[in-house]
Amino acid sequence: MNSLGIGRDATLEALRAGRSGLRPCTFETVDLDTFVGEVPGVDDAVIPERLANFDCRNNRLAHMALLSDGFTAAVECAVQKYGAHRIGLFLGTSTSGILSSEQAYRHRDPQTGALPASYDFAATHSTSSLADFVGRYLGLEGPAFVVSSACSTTAKVFGNAARMIQAGVCDAAVVGGADSLCLTTLYGFHSLELVSKRPCAPFDIDRDGVSLGEAAGFALLERAGPDDRRDDIRLLGVGESNDAYHMSTPHPEGLGARLAMEGALRAAGLRANDIGYVNLHGTATPYGDASEDRAITELFGADTPCSSTKGYTGHTLGAAGIVEAVISILSLQSGFMPGSAQTRTLDPALRSRYLLVNESAAMDRVMTNSFGFGGTNCSLIFGWAA
Amino acid sequence: MQPDLRVGGLMRVFVEAVGLLGPGLCGWNAGRSVLAGRSPYVPSPAALTASALLPPAERRRCVPTVRLAMAVGAEAIAGAGRDPTGVATVFTSSSGDPDTLHNILETLASTDRELSPTRFHNSVHNAPAGYWSIATGCREPSTSLCRDDESFQAGLLEAVTQVVVDQRVVALIAYDLPYPEPLAAVRRIVAPLGIALVLTPEPTERTIAELNIALSRGTAEPTRMADPELEVLRTGNPAGRGLPLLAALAGERAASVELELSPRSRITVEVTPSCR
Repeated sequence: MNSLGIGRDATLEALRAGRSGLRPCTFETVDLDTFVGEVPGVDDAVIPERLANFDCRNNRLAHMALLSDGFTAAVECAVQKYGAHRIGLFLGTSTSGILSSEQAYRHRDPQTGALPASYDFAATHSTSSLADFVGRYLGLEGPAFVVSSACSTTAKVFGNAARMIQAGVCDAAVVGGADSLCLTTLYGFHSLELVSKRPCAPFDIDRDGVSLGEAAGFALLERAGPDDRRDDIRLLGVGESNDAYHMSTPHPEGLGARLAMEGALRAAGLRANDIGYVNLHGTATPYGDASEDRAITELFGADTPCSSTKGYTGHTLGAAGIVEAVISILSLQSGFMPGSAQTRTLDPALRSRYLLVNESAAMDRVMTNSFGFGGTNCSLIFGWAA
Repeated sequence: MQPDLRVGGLMRVFVEAVGLLGPGLCGWNAGRSVLAGRSPYVPSPAALTASALLPPAERRRCVPTVRLAMAVGAEAIAGAGRDPTGVATVFTSSSGDPDTLHNILETLASTDRELSPTRFHNSVHNAPAGYWSIATGCREPSTSLCRDDESFQAGLLEAVTQVVVDQRVVALIAYDLPYPEPLAAVRRIVAPLGIALVLTPEPTERTIAELNIALSRGTAEPTRMADPELEVLRTGNPAGRGLPLLAALAGERAASVELELSPRSRITVEVTPSCR
């Protein structure tokens, strides 16, 4: 779920129609000249009464995603099958419910400086709040934690789940997460001069920065087995790395990005030409796109179709991993490779086969990239179960 | 007789080295005799200095969480005699840098919302992991996670799983620091504390103990610290939940440590010291 709408079909239809979810920013009291991918209806969304203390924008987003696409029912089936204590919960967020703190800081007691009595730190601001809320909502009792590694976080949780299942700590796992619009990231990215005044255009010659967005998404992972159907989707490989370069600038030669992609290929036992489509990190910063392009072309050459869908959804930060994992799976399932919402003239300095328009192709495997502040990188490969 | 509530199989890892920094716990060598009860506990404040491993610009910019996490991580890596570029890392803390978050929230509530770019990148939960990677040149996988007061236990589970599944050496780095007011009133952390462990899949000549780790359902009492002031630190800082494990390692005799993973599940760590 993201600014394109609620549920998988809404995202797929928007991508097919070339309809971006980015709009001029009217979020909260933000006075920045920028476009954002805001999810409609969050302000009016309602958290279940029994979990009312968890009410914050981030948990509302998570709840909206849990209600879509029959996800909660699928988890209930898994609980019946494995037991609640055998299902892990590995979620990601970067800023959790910090918007609640931003608002509470405007209403401090003028005498004492105290925060308003209605403010609930643990259930909203705390990074763990997301796992608390989702775990209680779904009734899960297995190992649970929240990964918070900036914009790679909801890709990396697939790795946590795969390891836990392999170790026998759990039989299945709910992964994904949520990241919601807040002043911290909007003004923070603005301070780094990384935000575009227009809807972002990854890989375009005129690209000049990111558009931020918000999203939530979840996936249920189970141990692969002989009973899997041919059209089940399998997580084939996870690759994780670090740039060891700079806190907010990617490695100029895309070294960390390449290590993550190579790691995913190695884990999957695949070679670069086995991948049919790559959903790029592609945030539309001049520097970041160039770095990823270099890593892609060095590893894949200039023939593998790739694109960034951030021109549609905006950069949903901690949720980008799960959003783009789901888009990659939708691509695989529907034989559809998304083109670009705003990118019109490719930067001639970039050499990868970046898709400007939608293409159709039967694919066996897709890759998705997520890179974050601190130089944290993650690549995932999905394919058919058989 | 209790029914067998064990979840999954046993996981076995080996501890090569420990890092420790907190009030009255200035490094593993000094702190171990306190934790083993051989020296009295005197909770004097710990000094947090920027790591000499960092380039000068990063040394100036880095915040207390980064200083604390890097100090205990570097101590453990040095104790293991390892090249940090070959060690994967699991960072765990209940929060991003508390002072930085407070400053950002104050700025955003003011009339001028202009943030400092450095302050913004220092606010991310994985800032210590980023600085660590820059300082050590390590490009191995690294994760940064949290689980409120059970952050140490969640990090331990993740680190042990990585060691067992991926058969690689992992440094677990757990840290938490107090918030300034007004957040301190709604989230109380009593003092800064950091703990690091270097874990290996096979015994090495530097192994100090073998850990056998089991998950179980149940509500067994978690292991407490014998010293009342150390018990305050155990319950008053999420990283403190790891102190009973460090006390067992310091005691150099076989021990079983019960850690709370959630209100209804436990991690049991059987600690077997190496014969030296």
